[in-house]
Amino acid sequence: MSAARLKIALVGNPNSGKSSVFNHLTGLNQKIGNFPGVTVEKRSGFSVLPDGTNAEIIDLPGIYSLYPRSLDERIVSEILLDHASPLCPDKVVVIADATNLKRSLLLLTQITDLGLPTVLALNMMDLVARAGISYDLQALSSELGIPVVPINARKGSGIEELKNVVSKPVELPAKNVFDIYTDLRLAVENVRERFKLDNDYEAYQFLQQPESLKFLNADGRAFLQNVSETYDFFPGKFQGAEAIHRYTFIQTLLDRVTLKAADLPWKKHTSAIDKILTHKVWGYVIFFAVLFLIFQSIFAWAAVPMDLIDRAFAGISHYFGQLLPSSMLTRLLTEGIIPGIGGIVIFVPQIAILFAFIALLEESGYMARVVFLMDKIMRKFGLNGKSIVPLMSGVACAIPAIMATRTIDNWKERTITIFVTPLMSCSARLPVFTILVALVVPDKSVIGLFSLQGLALMGLYLLGFAAAMLTALVMKYLVRVKERSYLLMELPAYRWPKWSNIGYTIVEKTKTFVFEAGKVILAISIVLWVLASYGPGEKFEKAREHVLIESANLRLTEEGLENRVAAYKLEHSYAGIIGKGIEPVIKPLGFDWKIGIALITSFAAREVFVGTVATIYSIGSDDDQTIKDRMREEINPDTGGPRFTPATAFSFLVFYTFAMQCMSTLAIVYRETKGWKWPLLQLAYMSALAYISSFAVFQLLS
Amino acid sequence: MKPGEIAIISGFSDEVLSVKLLEMGCLPGAPVRFNFTAPLGDPICISVLGYELSLRLEEAATISILN
Repeated sequence: MSAARLKIALVGNPNSGKSSVFNHLTGLNQKIGNFPGVTVEKRSGFSVLPDGTNAEIIDLPGIYSLYPRSLDERIVSEILLDHASPLCPDKVVVIADATNLKRSLLLLTQITDLGLPTVLALNMMDLVARAGISYDLQALSSELGIPVVPINARKGSGIEELKNVVSKPVELPAKNVFDIYTDLRLAVENVRERFKLDNDYEAYQFLQQPESLKFLNADGRAFLQNVSETYDFFPGKFQGAEAIHRYTFIQTLLDRVTLKAADLPWKKHTSAIDKILTHKVWGYVIFFAVLFLIFQSIFAWAAVPMDLIDRAFAGISHYFGQLLPSSMLTRLLTEGIIPGIGGIVIFVPQIAILFAFIALLEESGYMARVVFLMDKIMRKFGLNGKSIVPLMSGVACAIPAIMATRTIDNWKERTITIFVTPLMSCSARLPVFTILVALVVPDKSVIGLFSLQGLALMGLYLLGFAAAMLTALVMKYLVRVKERSYLLMELPAYRWPKWSNIGYTIVEKTKTFVFEAGKVILAISIVLWVLASYGPGEKFEKAREHVLIESANLRLTEEGLENRVAAYKLEHSYAGIIGKGIEPVIKPLGFDWKIGIALITSFAAREVFVGTVATIYSIGSDDDQTIKDRMREEINPDTGGPRFTPATAFSFLVFYTFAMQCMSTLAIVYRETKGWKWPLLQLAYMSALAYISSFAVFQLLS
Repeated sequence: MKPGEIAIISGFSDEVLSVKLLEMGCLPGAPVRFNFTAPLGDPICISVLGYELSLRLEEAATISILN
């Protein structure tokens, strides 16, 4: 560890403007990772303080108290309690919403009692002035015994002063706010002695939340257990009394430092907006209008850049293909690696747009109202009001949707949400749906109004949604966790969003996706490329000769010949051999080995289906035919009839609705749940669901 | 309580939840205003300590009030 680096942690209530302060301090110099061993995202960055010190700034999750309510919040206690850990900050900056000073000071007094050098940053001083409140900041500082800096994180004022104060040595308050009860004095001393702690309150926290002390070994745990039993203590005891004690202290303090109290006892402005946004009818109308807008934007605005990215990568591949000598490595680069990277980058526009909207809704305070509106309905299905955002985002793409589940505090509800989100039909299923629906559903209209094809398409989306909700309902009873579900959520005042915060969110989420999920996607695309480009034996190597012999009496154009060679190679590649290998398994679903190849290649990403089918069915057809025509003309050798009967097509559609055919989703679930358990369960469940439903559909229809 | 009414908190009936409520500023003796309910009647929004807090009915039911 470099001695010059100062570690500073930002702590504060949710909605206190912590991330604005973080963005001001670090700029784009941010690094997103995970805290070791847990799923919680760790945001850290670097800042140079006025005296030249290099400081590492760590943004901790928003909390109301040191006693955690969710797994995400526990990380704060874990870091602040382990003074020996390399993550433990040298200094803490508590960011307080000055319009709600009383509540913020609860957390502040807990942190100063821990003996950590602390600076209080009073944010939203402009709103305080507007509400007619004024504080004697000097008195506040001397009463608390710590530096107090007024800031306005939205405008960035006071940030330089904050940096200044942080770079100087920070004194600790002379006296703790909360004195440990006499009954527990000896217990606390025992703990302090055993773990060589600097401070009584830290020792007290060891007794209060042993489950947050991941760094202790079994001996240490047993010791704590023992001490608790000896002194008739249990975690959670006196927590309420402690809060009351602190608030009494804070009330006395505020009485002394408040020069002028608020003009109005209750807020007026926000409740007027809430009358409309949480109205029985308008609340839902507005919510669905917002969803519709987001949905539309993701489809409409992302289409152009996605197309550009697609073409750009094709261009790059082509360019290198021409530039480099033809060799295995060149082909790996042009057919494996570059399209693989393209397959990652192509999701960037959707992720960026979706997160721009989510950040906008969160910054403005509307998101809390959506949760408020939907909580009762979602709870019936084992989900949380907060699950609505990921579920709706899942219609665009499951990857950003799963990333958006972080807002759900409750582990069980979050896991169920992650588990069912990929059942929502994402945009990558759309090309597969449209092509097959157009193939087997007649282009007619019902009652002269609704197109039958459109209805079929909508039915597929509803099928996915129904499957997601029913799965959630089943999981509600299967997943047993002792974590109580709370709502207890602040409805923050409506505010104009801060655009730079939204910008940072977009950059940060996109970066996370590209680097974290990207690694896995890239690896899998290379493996698939190898499987589809190489095959054993003479048939694969001499593909061209074989095709020339077979099609000697067909007058093929150069392009047609190339297509046939490609198809022949695919048939005899490893992927083709696997396709034939799984044919017995997929036959009851009405699929043959060619569809089998498509299933295998779509395992990495379902949108690959169209391309694969285009290659496979190029056998024995004219060059200028569309994929749809080729599929329509494909003959089933067993029956002599068309391969894609309605039974096969519907079976196939149902399969694609339910199957987990997206490496990127598995990669992101792995990242978000920090292990292979959930992604593998999800893969197994969705595959089984797809197989069984597909089987049922085929057997019923044929 | 009906929407718009103000009352004084007197205590809590659920020990675990009371800690959370206390931390969120629902203190015995503090005034609390019932603002409005969500369209389906649950959760509800209350004002306490100068800010707005939403909570489920079952959570709100653990708060006792003086009349």
